[in-house]
Amino acid sequence: MAKNDPLIHHSPLGDYQARKSVHPKRIDGPFRRFKWLIMAVTLAVYYGTPWIRWDRGPYAPDQAVLVDLANRRFYMFDIEIWPHEFYFVAGLLIMAGIGLFLVTSAVGRAWCGYSCPQTVWTDLFQHVDRFVDGDRNARMRLEAAPWTWGKVLRRLFKWAIYLTIAFWTGGAWIMYFADAPTLTVDFWSGQAAPAAYITVAVLTATTFVFGGFMREQVCIYMCPWPRIQSALMDEHSLLVTYKDWRGEKRGSMKKAAKDPAAYGDCVDCNMCVAVCPTGWDIRNGPDISCITCGLCIDACDRVMKEVGRPRGLIDYITLDDAKAEAETGVVRPAWKNLLRARTIVYFIVWAGIGIGLLFLLGTRTHTEISAAPDRNPAFTLMRDGSVRNNFTVKLRNMEARPRDMRVALEGLEGGSMWTDEISADAAARSLEFDVPADQTETIRVYVIAPRGTQSQDFSLRVLSLDEQGESDTVETRFETPGE
Amino acid sequence: MANNQRIDEPTGTETVGHEWDGIEELNTPLPRWWLWTFYATVIWAIGYVIVYPAIPLLEKGTEGLWGWTSRGQLEDSVADVAEDRAPIMAAIADTPIQDLPLNEELMTQAVAGGAAAFRVHCVQCHGANAAGSEGYPNLTDDEWLWGGNMQEIEYTLANGIRHPGAPLTRTSAMPAFGRDGILSAEQISVVTDYVLSLTDRGPANAAGAELFAANCTVCHGADGGGLRAFGTPSLNDAVWLYGSGAEDIRAQIVAPRHGVMPAWEDKLDPATIRMLAAYVHSLGGGEDFMEVAQPADEVDGEE
Repeated sequence: MAKNDPLIHHSPLGDYQARKSVHPKRIDGPFRRFKWLIMAVTLAVYYGTPWIRWDRGPYAPDQAVLVDLANRRFYMFDIEIWPHEFYFVAGLLIMAGIGLFLVTSAVGRAWCGYSCPQTVWTDLFQHVDRFVDGDRNARMRLEAAPWTWGKVLRRLFKWAIYLTIAFWTGGAWIMYFADAPTLTVDFWSGQAAPAAYITVAVLTATTFVFGGFMREQVCIYMCPWPRIQSALMDEHSLLVTYKDWRGEKRGSMKKAAKDPAAYGDCVDCNMCVAVCPTGWDIRNGPDISCITCGLCIDACDRVMKEVGRPRGLIDYITLDDAKAEAETGVVRPAWKNLLRARTIVYFIVWAGIGIGLLFLLGTRTHTEISAAPDRNPAFTLMRDGSVRNNFTVKLRNMEARPRDMRVALEGLEGGSMWTDEISADAAARSLEFDVPADQTETIRVYVIAPRGTQSQDFSLRVLSLDEQGESDTVETRFETPGE
Repeated sequence: MANNQRIDEPTGTETVGHEWDGIEELNTPLPRWWLWTFYATVIWAIGYVIVYPAIPLLEKGTEGLWGWTSRGQLEDSVADVAEDRAPIMAAIADTPIQDLPLNEELMTQAVAGGAAAFRVHCVQCHGANAAGSEGYPNLTDDEWLWGGNMQEIEYTLANGIRHPGAPLTRTSAMPAFGRDGILSAEQISVVTDYVLSLTDRGPANAAGAELFAANCTVCHGADGGGLRAFGTPSLNDAVWLYGSGAEDIRAQIVAPRHGVMPAWEDKLDPATIRMLAAYVHSLGGGEDFMEVAQPADEVDGEE
């Protein structure tokens, strides 16, 4: 195979390959505009969410989305998750995973092309390149130019913008973990936790390096997701495809005018390569480098329009449809691939988990009791022959207000109980507690039963003394020495 | 093998020249920055080996320029914790034990600190959760030989029971009625039956009652309820330190066993003893203070 064959894109020489700079050209078109939209939405969500306020009353934070690690609470608008309900978060992560499967099997690497943070921030940094250094040709010239003061200053200016964006990105992250306005003040006055500064420093550094310099290298060499994607895609998944049966043999307009039968639609203008954010030549076929962002489709459609040929020489198409189109020339609409057994099953599983989580969320009670008997000693024999068992009882008040709760013994004939606060003289079969807002109250409960009581199961029932009247029961065991 | 290098047609990449059952490997070049990352880790490792303990030698390993040891790190963090706790320990040492429950925060800290100290100094005899065993009192019940309020518990902790050489130690001894021939074997049987009758485990016998009144009442009380001034156990309740059966009781009358508890005053600081008292008192059987404001070092007899 000849050295100058276009299919040889790796130099067969050497063990290491220097990164080839990518200078994508500006392009406009439906996919570029869609990319703008996704970028605007994702960045707005990322930077803006921590600043949304949400009134939860005097006993809970007023930040709409807050991961309160110190107090082990996760707030998301009207939803509050406690650590023991972490399965909600696990469920969301599973949904995110299956969602990625669903998206990948239906529309291929759409995640990579539009919404992956690496893609969004790379795109943002490439716009900065364009803003500071001009479009593709100007940037290529500047890169090749010697290091004059002008170039140094220009580079420093650009990297300063990179750094500002990177710092902003790292700074926004920590706002999810504390009250954003307070943390901002603390951060700038040097009073925030060391973890905040370390997190910002690390995320600033990774954003600066990954977005400003590594870019497509992250996708090609570091990211595990493309490796998994190849197992999730099939012949019905959308791919950005160069329709070689239509395009080949490539040749300029001039050549094609001379011998129309010998040449295809591709005018070999290289626009698809020039606009590619990862520097891939889509005409070489699908590759890990192709994140399927569709910018080459925009570029090619524009050229095809100019030269008066039908659009879609490069287009989203599945392997099956491509084969059919190559053989029969019939163009099948891409959306017909969305509905098929695989995507429907993924969707049902995804939606099923979602509905299940919503159901659990809607039916959970905000009052819970648990009781852990002391194992050692399992019982204490008292002077009068009665038997005492000690329990660690937890009353969970998941409402953002203090509540009175009554705990009552169910079963255990003749039994009564007291606590460290309520003395043994006031022992009773039911006790009342004031449980603080949004807290778990841990109480040592001493349960005593008269002489001759046998080991038996019994229950503790909690009832909230408010209009909700929620209750919960826990079964536990009373141990005695027996006869 | 290595001379089979060729250009792979579909990818245009050179193969490495090896072939296993028809499978060849493409010689895709590694990105150069990957190589720099590797060099960076090597340099990091060299620095690590220099500043941290790393290379094992015959006697001991290299110590590293920074002199770091895991033991030293532990000592530092223990010292940090001790420093954090110092104000609380000082406050506990300065607070008379009867005032401790008035300060909820201090009381919580004292009980927690006492629980930790208990696991170091007390579990050997009293068991992991103070449930005791034969001869070693259960501290979770409401039977207290020498008093069960925090003051009394603290005194017992500080001075011990029958601790040789401790001047203020609590002490008492029951005569060996059988071994020393004070009572005959038959008389001991009769008294044993009488003691059993105190807990409704047999009929009261007049002969036993007479012997009991003559020999036992002076310490154990007329009703067998015990006297805390002497640390005598009550004989009419469900709690028995050396067993509740007839044979256990008889053996104790013949040749009584007496436990010894160390005086902790010389071994532990006052704050720790106070915390231990608070913890033991919190185990469920603690008693309230009797009349307030008796000097702490006076041992009062209680009914």
